[in-house]
Amino acid sequence: MNWIALKMLTGNRAKYYAIVFGVSFAVMLMSQQAAIFAGLMRNMTSQIRDIQGADIWAMDPSVEFVDDLTPMDDQAVMEVRSVPGVAWAIKLYYGKARAQFQEGNFKQFIVLGIDDQTLVGAPTQMKLGSATDLRKPDGIILDENGYRYLFPGQPIRLGRVFEMNDRRAEIVGICKASPTFQTFPVSYTTYSRAVRYAAQERNTLSFVLAKAEENRDPKEVCRRIEEQTGLTAMPQDDFSWKTMSYYMRRTGIPVNFGITVLLGFIIGASIAGQTFYLFTIDNLKHFGTLKAMGVGNLRIVGMVMLQGSVVGVLGYAIGLGMASGFSDTMKWLLRDSGLPSADFMAWPIPLGTAAAAGLIVFASALFSLRRVLALEPASVFR
Amino acid sequence: MNRMTVQSIASATATSLARAVVCRGVTKDFGEGDTRVQALRGVNLDVLGGEMTLLVGESGCGKTTLISIVAGLLDPTAGEVTVLGQSLRHLRGRRLVQFRGQHIGFVFQQYNLLPALTAAENAAVPLIISGRKRAEAVAKARTVLEAVGLGSKVNSLPSQLSGGQQQRVAIARALVHEPKLLVCDEPTAALDAHSGQTVMQLLRRVAVQPGRAVIVVTHDNRVFGYGDRIVHMSDGTIERVEEQTVARGS
Repeated sequence: MNWIALKMLTGNRAKYYAIVFGVSFAVMLMSQQAAIFAGLMRNMTSQIRDIQGADIWAMDPSVEFVDDLTPMDDQAVMEVRSVPGVAWAIKLYYGKARAQFQEGNFKQFIVLGIDDQTLVGAPTQMKLGSATDLRKPDGIILDENGYRYLFPGQPIRLGRVFEMNDRRAEIVGICKASPTFQTFPVSYTTYSRAVRYAAQERNTLSFVLAKAEENRDPKEVCRRIEEQTGLTAMPQDDFSWKTMSYYMRRTGIPVNFGITVLLGFIIGASIAGQTFYLFTIDNLKHFGTLKAMGVGNLRIVGMVMLQGSVVGVLGYAIGLGMASGFSDTMKWLLRDSGLPSADFMAWPIPLGTAAAAGLIVFASALFSLRRVLALEPASVFR
Repeated sequence: MNRMTVQSIASATATSLARAVVCRGVTKDFGEGDTRVQALRGVNLDVLGGEMTLLVGESGCGKTTLISIVAGLLDPTAGEVTVLGQSLRHLRGRRLVQFRGQHIGFVFQQYNLLPALTAAENAAVPLIISGRKRAEAVAKARTVLEAVGLGSKVNSLPSQLSGGQQQRVAIARALVHEPKLLVCDEPTAALDAHSGQTVMQLLRRVAVQPGRAVIVVTHDNRVFGYGDRIVHMSDGTIERVEEQTVARGS
């Protein structure tokens, strides 16, 4: 009977393609919009994720997300170092500075000031130069997207000079960095140099980066840091989530993307549901014939569910493929523009859209089944 | 073909042949209250195995309601229906569905072939319903299609066949699982005169077998000569029954 169900489904090509298209369209819209949302959320935390080597971030208790800075006294790093279970702790400057170029134009930068001695937190993927070049006078490392944004269409080269806070800065390296939410270029330099580039404030320490001793649970070490220093401390992932949570709670981004995802679901469900319903109505006579010839309601339900499953799986695969293809195409088109691509197909997205696609076809099949099950076999003689 | 009226009684009796269908006092009402319509009023009918029984009468006289009840597709409001020795009152749900699938073949006015299946695949459907493997079912269906003269059309889709050919596929489908009762609803109504005659000849030649009863609902008086027994219905009752001798294979 499964074979007959599939033949009935694929025999009516126009409707078969329309149902698959409906599911594909819904899956594409939902997964693509969700991926952009996830990408934006990810971009909001790119400076946290790009810092490698430290597993604990300590900060002023008033900090709610990575850009919400309350500078601390440099003494904080010593306090963290004194906490049992902390292997090491270093200072991190995170802020923004305005750069003035030789042509006279100004640009805002993200400045990351890493530990002068250890260079912990330096970029790990260098395109030109190396992290140790930060020890050169006035040296900064700029991210590749930022470079393309600042110098569009120009070849990537080292040695460009500009000023920040009336102090000389020279590009000594080009690195790869995760795209940022605000699209500002990201620059890395030493902590001591970063505080000079930034506007003068009494306190300059943004974060203390620390590492838990081997075999110590970082969460337990964070708890001790909080107890002993009064700072807030959390593992890197938790700080990422805290930052994302802030944006989700305090901005309209999730609501707007949520509306688009919901629209995708509704439109897809409408197209697929309506077409599947019409397909079933078209086949009502044949279902009635099968019922008359000895096919029970349970088998009819199985047939309709199989038809729904087939269009669901096909539509899902095509839709997800279209979303991925769209994403790859956009990345390819933007590859030299310096514009970051803000989409990220996090694993819950395919799972979530699979569940949504399943719901669409299940609801469509269920809706259609009402007519089929209510059909009297005697109707074949009318 | 020699047509001979023998008697006109409300209930046919069977002596030499087994009674495949026995209806006693069958009534069927549709609707309730002011909208209530009595489609059948105390019908008594015997259908004999090895014979073709024609149910004839004007539109709305209750022919289709009666075969729907006989085929187990509709419950009577009152009365007793026994098919192949089995009281339909005692068959319910899955057992009734299985009974239909095993013992009853259907031929419909509009053929009701699945448009995406070939002639052989369509004819194989009852065997597939009964659980036979597809290849085996299709192979058996091919032999039946050859018997109805469609050996060269086994791979054709219904849309590639004429109305007469489609009805022959429907007859093959109705016979492929060798049912004991064949129920045909206006099998010639959608066909031209020539095709109608061909289909009736085919039903007589292939369907009418010892031990199998064939009931044909028709209002096409050009095919009355093919029935061994003609049951005339009017206003939900059986008006009279004619018996006639029909040459085998005619």
